[in-house]
Amino acid sequence: MNATAKAISEPVAEFAIRTSKLNLWYGTFQALFDVDLNICNGMITSLIGPSGCGKSTLLRSVNRINERLGYVRIEGNIEVMDKNIYDPDVELVQVRKQIGMVFQRPNPLPISIRDNILFGHRIHNKGDKSSKSDQNEIVESALKQVLLLDKVKDRLNQRGTELSLEEQQKLCIARLLPVKPSVLLMDEPCSALDPKGTAAVEELIWELRGEYTILIVTHNMAQARRASEECIFMLMGKVVEHQATEDLFVTPEQKETADYIEGRYG
Amino acid sequence: MSAINPLNRSMTTDFDSRNMDWYIDKFVQFIVFVAGISAIIFIIGIFIFITMEGFGFLLEDFSFREFFLSPFWEPSDEDAPEYGILALVAGTASVTGLAMVVAIPFSLGAAIFIGEFASGKLREYLKVLVELLAAIPSVVWGFIGLSIMNPLIIDLFDVPVGLNVLNAGIILGLMAAPIMTSIAEDALKAVPDRYREAAEALGATRWQVIFKTVLPAAKNGLLGAVLLGVGRGFGETMAVLMATGHAVNIPGSLFDPVRALTATIAAELGETAVGSPHYQALFTIGIFLFIITFIINLTADLIVRGIRKG
Repeated sequence: MNATAKAISEPVAEFAIRTSKLNLWYGTFQALFDVDLNICNGMITSLIGPSGCGKSTLLRSVNRINERLGYVRIEGNIEVMDKNIYDPDVELVQVRKQIGMVFQRPNPLPISIRDNILFGHRIHNKGDKSSKSDQNEIVESALKQVLLLDKVKDRLNQRGTELSLEEQQKLCIARLLPVKPSVLLMDEPCSALDPKGTAAVEELIWELRGEYTILIVTHNMAQARRASEECIFMLMGKVVEHQATEDLFVTPEQKETADYIEGRYG
Repeated sequence: MSAINPLNRSMTTDFDSRNMDWYIDKFVQFIVFVAGISAIIFIIGIFIFITMEGFGFLLEDFSFREFFLSPFWEPSDEDAPEYGILALVAGTASVTGLAMVVAIPFSLGAAIFIGEFASGKLREYLKVLVELLAAIPSVVWGFIGLSIMNPLIIDLFDVPVGLNVLNAGIILGLMAAPIMTSIAEDALKAVPDRYREAAEALGATRWQVIFKTVLPAAKNGLLGAVLLGVGRGFGETMAVLMATGHAVNIPGSLFDPVRALTATIAAELGETAVGSPHYQALFTIGIFLFIITFIINLTADLIVRGIRKG
């Protein structure tokens, strides 16, 4: 069965991520209030809002990385590909396999570029020993997809942490790809980069749309405007508005949204 | 008009006036400087002292071959005293080696538990406890070796004497473990949390995070911890004096008694005539120990600071 036939025979969910009545507390502080969202499959959706509005918190609860903190309590559902990831029978490892994450500060592991890319792959394919040439192919295609191959192909054994910040962030995206996730979460992926690096990473994210559902938190309204298809505006832990990016910036429905995008606060 | 000009009030300023504070500041600086370099002065002073005391031996009776390669330490032989430290080195090395076999798994495991698994109160309690363990005087450990381990080893392994490599190795391992735990835990703590977060977000389990990410990232610090443990083992005196059996012997098994370099000095120095060849030979052992522990500690320090050789 070829790819198109498969796409036709299996109805693809319209929404990759759905949250319903999502409430979240850090200890006694409530950070999210009744968040109901439907994130379109295969699109880039950006999350904007002033600091402390809960956009990062929301993002970090979609792959449950929030739970590292230990004092986080959640009520409500987050369905990823029609499965509630907070169900008791859900395995964290599978959640993380399905949902990749890119962090604000590039965080390649202090191992070689090659091992960085194979890190996730090795974890999720414990059983079958892939041959060296298979691995080379995986590394090569991941690097090619993030437009990094030409720059680093001669120094794959160099440490990932020795690259420039822009290259590090691309590497962090590249290492998600061999795991074959369906959703990519990005937490201000460009905030540590200079304008040139930002442009390069934005271009890369744009390339990846369609193949992956991308949810991206950004502080930079201009970035949300030029690099996303849908946009969500959050304020004080609540979703204020969710529209096509174009509409949200041109004809916002809520007064708070209009005030924010015009820079009256935040 | 000039009344409202504040600059007119005083045009002369004492930029060169010094009050008491200036002198106090200078004085404190001087005191702190002296305290700071005193460590260097003491180290050099001690080295000069032991070198001078052992120098006569180095010049007259010292034979490189005999000193390092002869297994016979017979300084009290009236006709032909022999000063070979091979057996003593073997004693120290075997006990230290076994101590590391005991201490490395214990300290590494404890450090991983404290640093990566324990949280909140438990972690704080454990850290305090480990520090307390490190503060137990070595003579107490020697006492444990003598009065608890000794009969235990005799019972368990059916050997005539329980004061041997096994006993001293275990005691020394337990002694070295707390400080190694402490340093290893520091090394784990120095690994940035974003590495853990990155690995977890990729789907790594807690053990995979530790084994594949944290330990490799902390390996310099962990190596430093082990080396400091080795340094401790080489320098430890009282406990090995009490638990080894103190017999000059190149050990063939765990149940052979041995004698350590440090214990030899401690046991014999009080009974020798100052300035005699025996006395000077003991100081030569001191020089040797000083150089070895200095090298080990320096290497450990350099490694902990992340300066790799080559």
